[in-house]
Amino acid sequence: MPRASTRRLVAGRGRYVDDIPAKGEVYAAFLRSPHAHAAFEVVNISAAAAIPGVVRVLTAENIDPVCPPWKCVLRNAPDLQSPEQRPLARRQAVFQGEPIALVVAQSRAIAEDALELIEVEWSERPAAISLEAAAMPDAVPAHENLKSNICWRFEHRSGDPDKAFADAEHVVLRRLVFARKTGVPLEPRGILASYDPSTNGLIVHVSHQMPHQFQLHLAELLGMSPLDVRVICSDIGGAFGIKMHIYPEEVAVCAASRILGRPVKFIADRVESLSSDVHAREHIVEARMAVNTSGMITAIDVDDIQGLGAYSVYPRSSTAEAMSALRAVGGPYRFDNYHALLRSVLQNKVMTGQYRSVGHPVAAAITEALVEDAAAVRGEDSIVFRQRNFLPTEAMPWVSPMGARMIDLSHHACLERMLTLVDYPRLRQEIDTWRQEGRIVGLGLASFVEFTATGAEAYGRAHVPVSSLDGVMLTMEPTGEVRAQCSASEIGQGIQQGLAQIIADAVGVRADKVRVALGDTAASPHGGGAWSSRGAAITGEVAWTAGRKLRNELLNVAAAMLQTTATSLDLRDGRILAADTGAERIAIGDVARTVIFHPYDLPAGTNAQMSVSHTWGRDADPFLPTNGVQASLVEIDPISGLVRPLRHWVVEDCGRIINPLLVDEQIRGGVVQGIGEALYEICRYTEDGQYGSGTLADYLLPMAADMPDIVVAHVETPYSGSQLGAKGAGEAGTCGAPAAVLNAVNDALRPFGGRIDAMPISPVDVLRALGKLPAKAGA
Amino acid sequence: MKPPRFDYLRPQTLAEALELLDRHGGDAAILAGGQSLMPMLNLRVAQPAVLIDINAVPELDRIGRSGDRLSLGGRARHNDVFRSAEVAQAAPLLTVALEHVAHEAIRNRGTLGGSLALADPAAELPACMVCLDAEIVAASVKGERRIPAGAFFQGLYTTTLEPNEILARVDVPAAGTDWRFGFDEVARRRGDFAMAGVAVAVREESKAVAECRISLLGVEMSPRRMEAVEMCLLDAPLGTAANIVAAQSALRDTLEPIEGSEIPPEYRIQIARELLARVIRAMAAPVSGKRTH
Repeated sequence: MPRASTRRLVAGRGRYVDDIPAKGEVYAAFLRSPHAHAAFEVVNISAAAAIPGVVRVLTAENIDPVCPPWKCVLRNAPDLQSPEQRPLARRQAVFQGEPIALVVAQSRAIAEDALELIEVEWSERPAAISLEAAAMPDAVPAHENLKSNICWRFEHRSGDPDKAFADAEHVVLRRLVFARKTGVPLEPRGILASYDPSTNGLIVHVSHQMPHQFQLHLAELLGMSPLDVRVICSDIGGAFGIKMHIYPEEVAVCAASRILGRPVKFIADRVESLSSDVHAREHIVEARMAVNTSGMITAIDVDDIQGLGAYSVYPRSSTAEAMSALRAVGGPYRFDNYHALLRSVLQNKVMTGQYRSVGHPVAAAITEALVEDAAAVRGEDSIVFRQRNFLPTEAMPWVSPMGARMIDLSHHACLERMLTLVDYPRLRQEIDTWRQEGRIVGLGLASFVEFTATGAEAYGRAHVPVSSLDGVMLTMEPTGEVRAQCSASEIGQGIQQGLAQIIADAVGVRADKVRVALGDTAASPHGGGAWSSRGAAITGEVAWTAGRKLRNELLNVAAAMLQTTATSLDLRDGRILAADTGAERIAIGDVARTVIFHPYDLPAGTNAQMSVSHTWGRDADPFLPTNGVQASLVEIDPISGLVRPLRHWVVEDCGRIINPLLVDEQIRGGVVQGIGEALYEICRYTEDGQYGSGTLADYLLPMAADMPDIVVAHVETPYSGSQLGAKGAGEAGTCGAPAAVLNAVNDALRPFGGRIDAMPISPVDVLRALGKLPAKAGA
Repeated sequence: MKPPRFDYLRPQTLAEALELLDRHGGDAAILAGGQSLMPMLNLRVAQPAVLIDINAVPELDRIGRSGDRLSLGGRARHNDVFRSAEVAQAAPLLTVALEHVAHEAIRNRGTLGGSLALADPAAELPACMVCLDAEIVAASVKGERRIPAGAFFQGLYTTTLEPNEILARVDVPAAGTDWRFGFDEVARRRGDFAMAGVAVAVREESKAVAECRISLLGVEMSPRRMEAVEMCLLDAPLGTAANIVAAQSALRDTLEPIEGSEIPPEYRIQIARELLARVIRAMAAPVSGKRTH
């Protein structure tokens, strides 16, 4: 079923932040540090302030009195050390692009003119840029007086990994390098903050995934009651995780509106987005896998160095990416001994943070590279190796070495489905034929587990106010139609449509008779918004229960009106029917009208509720594991080393599917972002911390013309702990695609003896792996 | 990302445009298709005091052939050149190369003159004009000046165009039936600027190469004739294995590739050599041989 809002969005009628006007609004532009690390003093703002049309020039001197600094603190990780961060940096800039001053003017162009006239004295400091260098004990500190750039160190050991490695028949190891990338939503970050001094009220339109979380933080930072802070997220043009953080720019704009008493708007342009949205994925991982004589995985050992940038991102912490990766390593397989070491490193770069499929693609790439190597040393097909090592259905529930409860997974079934889907023996034969013709072709598989629909434990125990609960309020209109207010967020993924369908089914009306409103803290109960692929699994479950409540109310009133019992009635397609014969008794519109306009016609004390609400968050299972398999077929151009994905397949198990069209769209979009991660996207910094990927000519996105056909199939294993059985689907495509592409490229390169161990895969490295270019000096 | 303030002028005739340009010279920028200028303005990399919009000037986009000369107006849009039957007949190299130029939307606005005047080392059209032995016609209040393409490009984003001159048109010698052309390039994604590209033109007499012109894009700072490479192909049938090897070897000795860590010079040399061979083989192959890339 196509989503109802598609017509409006493709007609250009979407209402994104920049489409929303406020009377008297003025526009903000930021002066940003040109240096990666420097001390500075804003010397003179008078020339900038004197430009006609400039309303105000603000620096930390002005903002600090209305907004204190913030700092990423996780109560359950007390050793995590991240410095204080401010809306506008004060005397120290710690990454290129950090905002240090703000001009508010009658137009953005005037504000930018004024930026050029702000006089700043800079004193450059050495910068910690490359991950390896920044992690060294004697590294240049990323902040003055920082003793070490290691923001957090985590070590986990379960079983006896040392013994397992000592006893192993085979040990395979890999060192994989994952470059920084970022989300690049079509709509950049943007905010319109309108402070009204007469009511002490702040209304904020913002392109954000979590209106309630944003509201709480704003209220706290500005010293206001959440009752006076209303956050509205209207249409969101994509988010991918980069819009779930507290950014200096957004807070500074709210503070500016508070200071000026008028609406202030800031829309990040593409250069600002690419250079100040959180980046993700910067890892250097060394991993080993131990395999015994029977070809069973006995242990995995992972050493991950992760780049955080200048601060651990507020409030959820940049370390979540690496923790997520370590939790998912070895995901599909049963193994008992695990050692993981993480060092999260501060650098003079923009913060890294949660981005689609947080950490999981790293885990999948590591695991599936090791699986390929292990199968190769055993001289067997990696499919056989996988089948032997998969966690079998009968062993579930099973707790992984990192403490994840593995339930309702379908590894064998997904792989079986994939082998049929790709017609495996024939495809292998075809590849052999192509290779004989001189073509450089490879097929790569990647099994994966992704943890979705995160529950309360993850952030609750850290005392980070992130709701894993959701609320749904339903109101019966006098027409028999249903109005819903939900605490999920529509960020382009289509959850609005999914919820409408769930509510419609739960109540017994057609989906077009349900109108779902989202994204307004003044209208919906407090809830989690959009993150961790939670919409269907959590909000959907709440919506189902709320819908059932409303249905019961309607059936009870109808029973009273019809002088029968509710159990002898049914509600379908907006009509009350006799449960036994299916004969129509009364339309629910008539029931609603009676309750609302003619309650005197009902028996005394009926007091039917035409508005119901439900709130729920899962108690069990901190995460809902999902699983799947992806396959990638690639061809390498022997002249240039460019990798062309020819075909991509996904078999995925997200439990109960609510809307197949939406799920497939999510999978395909996710795969494309995963292919981008594997082949194109990289946030580059020079050695001295100058950012080099500030335009879409430098930051290469996957383009439609370069993408292969993506075939999607499903295995449905419903989550056993809920009524709907839905799990997360939004990030699965991104989770497995980079691993599948990397394995495919290495499969293609195998006959040449070369291998790629870094993503995005550079054509230069591919030519080296083909032996057509000499190896890199020093490598 | 908003441009700094500038005055905007929109002349209605070429004479008026040239007069304005003469008055403002180095302080002015010419706006034609705007595909490079507008981003540069928005990034404040270019900060001209005056913008002279030549989109209303008549005739500047004319494409026409007179005798053995094909004239292409400086404001001819890429797509108009791409789709022109006259161009396909008289300078088929351009038709083939333009397919690699950016994307449909950019080709609708971007202009021939803009591309040549910008002289981006990775652009297709400058290399093609060198390969075609075209003449750039620069107009100013003093009249017209003809510059051979080989002398027009001076280095990275540098040409011999004077601040008071407009690139009015390009005169391309119309190719006879004895000429054959080849073009190919390697770009990261479809439509991206090339990491290396090769344009080849040969004239054959009695089944041997009598004349040959080769230029590259994306490899050196600016396009030039690869004379040492051309020599290797003369006086023999096109595409003999020995000549290709000799040409590849000469190319390696001749090239002064752009430096860079992401795309190291040896990579550009390697793909330029491979492309050269691929293009020559494709040209030598029977007509049915479609583009391989």
